[in-house]
Amino acid sequence: MQTRLFAAPSPHIHGGEKTQQIMGDVILALVPALAVSCYVLGWRVFMITAISVASALLFEYLIQRFLLKGRTTIGDLSAVVTGMLLAFNLPVGIPWWIVVIGSLVAIGIGKMTFGGLGCNPFNPALTGRIFLLIAYPVQMTDWTTSVPDAISGSTMLANVKAGALSLSELDFVSLLGGHMNGSMGEIGALALILGGVYLLVRRVITWHIPVAVLGTMAIFGLSVAIPDGGATLWQLPLFHLLAGGAMLGAIFMATDYSTSPMTHKGMIIYGVGIGVITMVIRLWGAYPEGMSFAIFIMNAATPLINKYCRPKRFGTK
Amino acid sequence: MRTFPIGGIHPHDNKEWSKDQAIERLELPDKVAIPMIQHIGAPSTPVVKKGDKVLTGQLIGQSVGFVSANIHSSVSGTVVDVDGYANGQGQRRLMVVIKREGDEWVESIDRSPELKRECTLSSEEIIAKIKDAGIVGLGGAQFPTHVKLTIPDGQKAEVLVINGVECEPYLTSDYRNMLERAEEILTGVEILMRAVKVERAVIGVENNKPDAVAHLREVAQKNNYKNIEILPLKVRYPQGGEKQLIAAATGRQVPPPPALPISVGAVVCNVSTTIAVYEAVQKNKPLIERVVTITGKDLKSTHNYLARFGTPVSRLFELAGLPEGDVKLLNGGPMMGRAIVDITAPLIKGCSGITVLSGKEAARGKELSCIKCGKCVEACPMGLEPYLLSKLGKLQKWDMAEEHYATDCIECGCCSYTCPSYLPLLDYIRIAKQTVMTNIRARAAANKK
Repeated sequence: MQTRLFAAPSPHIHGGEKTQQIMGDVILALVPALAVSCYVLGWRVFMITAISVASALLFEYLIQRFLLKGRTTIGDLSAVVTGMLLAFNLPVGIPWWIVVIGSLVAIGIGKMTFGGLGCNPFNPALTGRIFLLIAYPVQMTDWTTSVPDAISGSTMLANVKAGALSLSELDFVSLLGGHMNGSMGEIGALALILGGVYLLVRRVITWHIPVAVLGTMAIFGLSVAIPDGGATLWQLPLFHLLAGGAMLGAIFMATDYSTSPMTHKGMIIYGVGIGVITMVIRLWGAYPEGMSFAIFIMNAATPLINKYCRPKRFGTK
Repeated sequence: MRTFPIGGIHPHDNKEWSKDQAIERLELPDKVAIPMIQHIGAPSTPVVKKGDKVLTGQLIGQSVGFVSANIHSSVSGTVVDVDGYANGQGQRRLMVVIKREGDEWVESIDRSPELKRECTLSSEEIIAKIKDAGIVGLGGAQFPTHVKLTIPDGQKAEVLVINGVECEPYLTSDYRNMLERAEEILTGVEILMRAVKVERAVIGVENNKPDAVAHLREVAQKNNYKNIEILPLKVRYPQGGEKQLIAAATGRQVPPPPALPISVGAVVCNVSTTIAVYEAVQKNKPLIERVVTITGKDLKSTHNYLARFGTPVSRLFELAGLPEGDVKLLNGGPMMGRAIVDITAPLIKGCSGITVLSGKEAARGKELSCIKCGKCVEACPMGLEPYLLSKLGKLQKWDMAEEHYATDCIECGCCSYTCPSYLPLLDYIRIAKQTVMTNIRARAAANKK
């Protein structure tokens, strides 16, 4: 064998990080929450997640192969993440065919119509969830097959909002551990935080978005609780952080690369926006939960935020 | 520990391959080909013709204009040709080809090994000597040193920053010079301080070379070199970039182009260049040789050679041996080095090392689509948005690229290095930068009329 020289412009080496690996890290970070959910809600959680992931992969493949007639990119694992996140946003009792429709909307409309990975303005999994929430409101808010001894029929957020449950009756320890009604993946704040810490350590995400979202929610909750005073002073903010989709949204959904700002400053503005909108919907809106809508709205604001929050140019003040 | 303010990456430094190889003198080649352009600026004009006898150190290429540099013969012998030949990148360049006969030096050059420290020359005299000697930046940029040292009217230098960072992975020529020729460096620094009339100099060295820091400090203290601070810096690429080093060493940020380092009172010079300055000023020796690292994981042996310019690259690999199969030969290191496509091409002034990467190590990954992760933005040491600039370059939106400061790019490669989608970000940014610079020049020319 002889020596052959070949040429290319610099740089000639690469750090080695791959898109696929980042997606793999996100999947791994979701596993603890999945496990908690399986433990609390049963094997059906696993089945729904599997259906969601499989259909997301299938739709991405079919659309790329036959509709767009291009090469398929399901190997980058982003469809797996979308599938998992969609499942995490559904109630466990949801009929399987609704899951498939959700996947089709998430991948087909949420992602592929805009040109695939990185081009979508809205989080695909959220696109799927919001579509289902509007199209199948009954099935999407049916919590009857959930935790046996939790207050049946509705989520904690809904119960507290309706006045059926007072904050002082809450057991925060069980909230942390996932002992509450809710979408499959949003219960078990502790497991979600664990996943978030993993993503931080692996440098997949930075602290800016989760801290901005959760911090804003806590401060907002506190300022609302101050007039009431007393026990709710610490309970209201904490409740809002642990209940509903706060953790799942702040750590996993809002941090989606393509739909969130690029600079740290932009990320903080975006996170604060999500926190405020979520709390406004939760406290005064028609829905008990506002996380999905808040992220969706701030997704729309992301290009604008990117336009005005540029990185600091070297040598300028 | 200090470093530059924004961006940067931390690639494996791979210095262990060649860092312990002491500098060895490479046997003189039988024939050298010396390009008339080995610097930024106008090409020099040959002042010898076919059949002329030349001595080692004799002027063979006269600089043209202010931003240009003299070229000297690196061997003694007969000029056999003055014609265009391929350089390392395969571009045709005017070269003087000399067949070597012995090694007879120009008489005025002091070849004694003793260190000559005392210098009483004025600033102008020092700069003139540096210009005569054809010294250019040996860190890789090849910018004529006398131009850098000539402080424009109305401006004042406050600090001399010496670049001993060597942040490029693999390369060890500056490191070996710091270990083996510390006193020449320090004397060179004193001369440069005199040339730009400053009271203070800082030698920035990355902290992966603690022995170089310790050695320079020891030599400086023992021999009473005053006002020269040896400053260890936190390891981070591209610390050796001029603006990054000034920021790390002095805390001052050079404003965006066209501002130069002097606008914050800094003058920067590479350590190896400092040795060349010492030799030119104190020993009348023009720039005819340098230390060049021959390194790579698959080589039989690695070296730090003191080699004459014009030596064919293939000669540098006689002992190290080129590995079989697909390899990339880089003039410089893996982050900013340029691929050599012709191994008969000559060694030039800006070549601090030749890094050999195996095909697998240098292969580019499969391009995926941008996922807007923002890692390039975080890595950019100039505070740019590489993903955006690259896209603008690809779409040929030159005006928008200009608005997004394409000309600020220092081509360090941090963006492409970090991109998880393996996008060739810098390829397109480079095209955008060059086009925008051409446009700016064209506008300026049109305005003059």
